Amino acid sequence: MIASDAKAGAPPVTAAPSPARLVRLEGVGKTFPNGVVALSGVDLDIRRGEFLSLLGPSGCGKSTILRLLSGLASSTDGYINWSEADPELGFVFQEPTLMPWASVFDNVWLPLRLKGVPKSAARGAIKESLDKVGLAGFEGAYPRELSGGMKMRVSIARALVTRPAILLMDEPFAALDEITRTKLNDDLVALKCELGATVVFVTHSVYESVYLSDRIVVMAPRPGRVVAEIKVPTPLPRDEDFRLGAVYAEACRSTSQALRQAMGGGAEESH
Amino acid sequence: MSRERAQDYLLPALALLAFLLGWEALVRIKDIQPVILPAPSRIFATLVADWGTLFGSLLVTLSITLEALAAATIGGVLMALAFTQSRIAERVFFPFAVILQVTPVVSIAPLLLVYLTSGQAVLVCSFLVAFFPILANTSLGLSSVDHNLLDLFQLYRASRWRQLLWLRVPAALPYFLGGLRIGGGLALIGAIVAEIAAGSAGKGAGLAFRIVESGYRLNIPRMFAALFLIAMTGIAIYVALSALSTLLLRRWHDSARKRET
Repeated sequence: MIASDAKAGAPPVTAAPSPARLVRLEGVGKTFPNGVVALSGVDLDIRRGEFLSLLGPSGCGKSTILRLLSGLASSTDGYINWSEADPELGFVFQEPTLMPWASVFDNVWLPLRLKGVPKSAARGAIKESLDKVGLAGFEGAYPRELSGGMKMRVSIARALVTRPAILLMDEPFAALDEITRTKLNDDLVALKCELGATVVFVTHSVYESVYLSDRIVVMAPRPGRVVAEIKVPTPLPRDEDFRLGAVYAEACRSTSQALRQAMGGGAEESH
Repeated sequence: MSRERAQDYLLPALALLAFLLGWEALVRIKDIQPVILPAPSRIFATLVADWGTLFGSLLVTLSITLEALAAATIGGVLMALAFTQSRIAERVFFPFAVILQVTPVVSIAPLLLVYLTSGQAVLVCSFLVAFFPILANTSLGLSSVDHNLLDLFQLYRASRWRQLLWLRVPAALPYFLGGLRIGGGLALIGAIVAEIAAGSAGKGAGLAFRIVESGYRLNIPRMFAALFLIAMTGIAIYVALSALSTLLLRRWHDSARKRET
């Protein structure tokens, strides 16, 4: 579906030299059959090649946005306009979501297999994808034999194997320990820069979102909506110096503040 | 590891041996007549002496059990697949499956004898008791798929058929194998109980008939010998199905994997 630019009303962000838009959400809302409003009036542009984080407390509809983008759910209000027809998607769930009966190789093969690519033809892409996440040589292993972090890497390799235009990640590292998480954050940024992919990353961690993102969209619950947008000017990839620098501290402060306001000045602090 | 293995096998074997020795000693010391309680040595001797008759009956019981189990497996799996693919099929057929399951097989056997030969009736009874656990477990397995994996398949636009074949079937395998193990034991029980109820005799008689017959003739050692063969058959079925389960699941399922110690 090609979006029409001739549209009344100010688009949410209009920076002149910004890269081309990949998808635009206009007034998107989602009401569940039981009457719960998960999302209401979300306007959001996602640009090609950016790393966008959706940050907010539980129930703010950040995961719902991913499900709408992926087509796993459909909106009850508004429009989602992709600037290219039928874009290739990659989805990484909060859990690794691997098939326990299949080897790492077969798990990564799955998206291609479902597209009708035979094993022999897929071999190169699978190997490349596993190399990228640092799991070369683990093709024959089974998910049970891997650590939590490695399972998540397999999950990322599987999402990348189709070379998606946009990678949707739903709190992928939430269940991992701090050390593994930090490592995966760095590797994810490196991977994103190498592939030039667009990433939409759902998290409830202020620090993770600031470290990873070009842009952070802060959301509030009841009903789920966008309340603030914070840009982190330092280009990706970033290193340890960035974590210690003023830009990081400032972005964390303003993001935390926005999040606190999103929660109605509540006492709950995000980690 | 090897010490553990030795304990795994040695301990139960020793316990069994001690039991048999105690039994033998009791019979000899108290001088109990074989017609009341035969000693294990006497039972073994009877097993050897009557091997021709008993082995023929063993084959009858075994073939009925295996045929019934095979039919129950095919029927149970096919019906479970039909249930997952169509809610209507489930609504229509599930009550029948439950009715057949909750009605004691002994009570159906005389009725079946009206329509079938005794051999066929025994086969049908055995099938009926083995069928339900396989159906119920496989159905449960087919519907117990990780929702995220279902989402993933939907995301990549998998057809219903591929979702069934590549996702639901492997996910259901451990459940199915559990059902098969229960069904295997029940098929033997069904075959024995139904044969007693149906009262088949002559050439096509299985081990259950031998027990009844030995009872009438007060040939208690042979009764024990037949019982021994039934127990061994049950153990063999259980061991074979457990081995199959371990073989199929060893790489990925918790039930077949050793815990780290």
